[in-house]
Amino acid sequence: MDDIRKPPVDAVLVGFGWTGAIMGMELTEAGLNVVALERGENRDTSPDFAYPRIADELTYGIRHELFQDLSRETLTIRHAPRDRAVPYRQFGSFMPGNGVGGGGVHWNGQHWRVLPEELRLKSHITERYGAGFIPDGMTIQDFGVSYEELEPCFDQFERVCGTSGKAGNLNGEQVAGGNPFEGPRSREFPLPPLADAYGATLFAAAAKNLGYHPFSEPASNASRAYTNPHGAQLGPCNFCGYCERFGCYKYAKASPQTTLLPVLLKRPNFELRAQANVVRINLDSSGKRATGVTYIDAQGRTVHQPAEIVVLCAYQLNNTRLLLQSGIGQPYDPGTGQGVVGRNYTYQMTGGVQVFFGKDKPMNPFIGSGAGGQVIDDFNGDHFDHAPLGFIGGGYIGVIQTGGRPIQQMSLPKGTPQWGSAWKQAIKDHYLYTVNIQTHGTIMSHRDNYLDLDPTYRDSYGQPLLRMTFDFKENDIRMTHFVTGKAKEIAEGMGGRSVEVKMKQFGDHYDTRIYQTTHNVGGAIMGEDPGSSVVNRYLQAWDAHNVFVMGSSVFPQNIGYNPLGLAGALTYWSAKAIRTAYLKTPGPLA
Amino acid sequence: MMVLVPAVSLAACVPRPALRTSTAPAVAHRYFTDEEWAFLNAACARLIPADENGPGAVELGVPEFIDREMNGAFGHAATWYMQGPFVSASPEFGYQSPLTPRAVYRAGFAAVDAHCRRMFGNKSFSGLPVATQDAVLADLESGALDFENVSGKIFFGFLLQNTKEGYLADPIHGGNKGMASWKMIGFPGARADFLDWVDRHGVRYPYGPVAISGERG
Repeated sequence: MDDIRKPPVDAVLVGFGWTGAIMGMELTEAGLNVVALERGENRDTSPDFAYPRIADELTYGIRHELFQDLSRETLTIRHAPRDRAVPYRQFGSFMPGNGVGGGGVHWNGQHWRVLPEELRLKSHITERYGAGFIPDGMTIQDFGVSYEELEPCFDQFERVCGTSGKAGNLNGEQVAGGNPFEGPRSREFPLPPLADAYGATLFAAAAKNLGYHPFSEPASNASRAYTNPHGAQLGPCNFCGYCERFGCYKYAKASPQTTLLPVLLKRPNFELRAQANVVRINLDSSGKRATGVTYIDAQGRTVHQPAEIVVLCAYQLNNTRLLLQSGIGQPYDPGTGQGVVGRNYTYQMTGGVQVFFGKDKPMNPFIGSGAGGQVIDDFNGDHFDHAPLGFIGGGYIGVIQTGGRPIQQMSLPKGTPQWGSAWKQAIKDHYLYTVNIQTHGTIMSHRDNYLDLDPTYRDSYGQPLLRMTFDFKENDIRMTHFVTGKAKEIAEGMGGRSVEVKMKQFGDHYDTRIYQTTHNVGGAIMGEDPGSSVVNRYLQAWDAHNVFVMGSSVFPQNIGYNPLGLAGALTYWSAKAIRTAYLKTPGPLA
Repeated sequence: MMVLVPAVSLAACVPRPALRTSTAPAVAHRYFTDEEWAFLNAACARLIPADENGPGAVELGVPEFIDREMNGAFGHAATWYMQGPFVSASPEFGYQSPLTPRAVYRAGFAAVDAHCRRMFGNKSFSGLPVATQDAVLADLESGALDFENVSGKIFFGFLLQNTKEGYLADPIHGGNKGMASWKMIGFPGARADFLDWVDRHGVRYPYGPVAISGERG
């Protein structure tokens, strides 16, 4: 069968989740003919997330109905370069999205910006603590873009999402009730904070007693009915308790479907092709300019899509894999430290404290929104003196009651038998009466944590799988011990009967079986030096000026917050550079 | 303030007929053989027994749930990466066996029954006294009991996880009949609408569960 060749377009988007939808809006608005290629199926609120079928823990929460199909494509994982990698055969530690809307369908809506100092982390640490404070083997860098430059982009994305929250810093002025540590906002959140569940209010009171600064987590779960600047409408969140891993039946969680697609899919200069799995970015004979992409369609046919601009909008792991498969940029070699593609893969560190209450304090854990809750930022970023602590990084601490789904969200005290009448008694005694405090923090980039192509395993198209080499380092275990220790002190003031700490210990290896976060970052990082980054500060590939890479692939190390707010803002930032500079004079922007 | 309780919630107060005791209900099974079905029912009755807190896994239809799962995507590992080579790795790397869950169940039932017949006077697992059944299950859980053709731990892991799933999942999947587990713990199921309750702090939510089918508990 001959390959199919499609008519050329101005821009092709590879992947159609949040960053693809944003880029699609921006480039079609600039008049470009745009095609988006999404490997998964088309989906929309109705019928795919409709009530009551969506309120099904087994199908969506446990059997992962809306996630990547690992039988077709996965990655391999090992702890160190000397080890043999084995496939990630079933979901555990992280769960990449799939289908139209991508992870934007089933995220929780925890919508943060970034701390200004995190965008220039290496410079900041060097200035405050000296270059010697960065341990051997740690490869942190500056992003190459400043908070001030990104502020309009953060603002734009929050307006699109109808983010609920309370500003703590308006144009440099402190505002009571918000996060006092955040970077300056140009205006208040589009919507006021969500209501708090009981456990969150107990956390906030206990944190305040210790002198900390609790505030409502920024949430892209609408607290009120909202119409965004594109005219798309959101309804108020009703705390259904089926948020992360589920699509929102209430049109309350910001997703590409609720905020952008109602407008974008109607534009005549836009076309979406689902079940189109891109396997390669094609280059011209110079190897320095992309000519388009090749994909496999739903019928297994090979299709060539020529394009003037190629924007990678797939998940972090896939963006990196496509660059490696296509020969764009030099692959990273951890032995020499040379090369860039696959470099600085990293992850996030989670921990937690469970607080068990008596039967006088029912928590109704099933009353949940994805991101409503109380958090503190006192131990994130560089809001505290790291000098005596001997680590770099931090995290936020909070109670975000996302739901009480009984198979997966059941917290029981340590030592509870796993079965029998004692287990049954324990779920009866604790289900309604437990609050979970979470700590959510950084992992720094490290010389021998990276991505490359696996030499053995292949996907269902015969292409090599990506190989992840990753393990926890002492710096990051120290961070979680410090931050989770603070969470324990707060927990002890919440009025429970007992508290239990869950965190990684020194010597623990990365465990792929246990869900942590789907906040994988790096591999195609941004920066100001082509010798240590894949894309420049405008997310444009150094080695092919008409290839742009979106998403958390570009983070040189991880931030303490959930990454989507930053990934979205960087997409607007890059789109602006394409619209205002690149389209006029195609060529390197930096 | 008076709280209006919808009629559906009051229905939960009406006495209902006693649930069946833990003898295996006569229901059709499609994947499992009769011997396997007897084993599965006996094991479910020990993993989540009927007791003073209410009916157990068998009464809630968990064996039917697991039988159904065997013929679905889960049983066939349809969404797992199942291409070789299969090599052993440390436990942090998760499932690395070429066996699908339905194959693990089949091999596990056969291996444990053979072990029981050898050790306990030619009795299969389902014919053993419950204390002996518990000891066998504990040996599977700890890894003390392992087999050439199947990992005892993996077999037990599927059995326990699927038993809990059938016990706690929506009845649409074949288990959790009458939403009895949800009533026991206080989970309202598929109600999924709590805007008027989020700020009632320290007050137990008073309404019984509903299922995806519309059934009220």
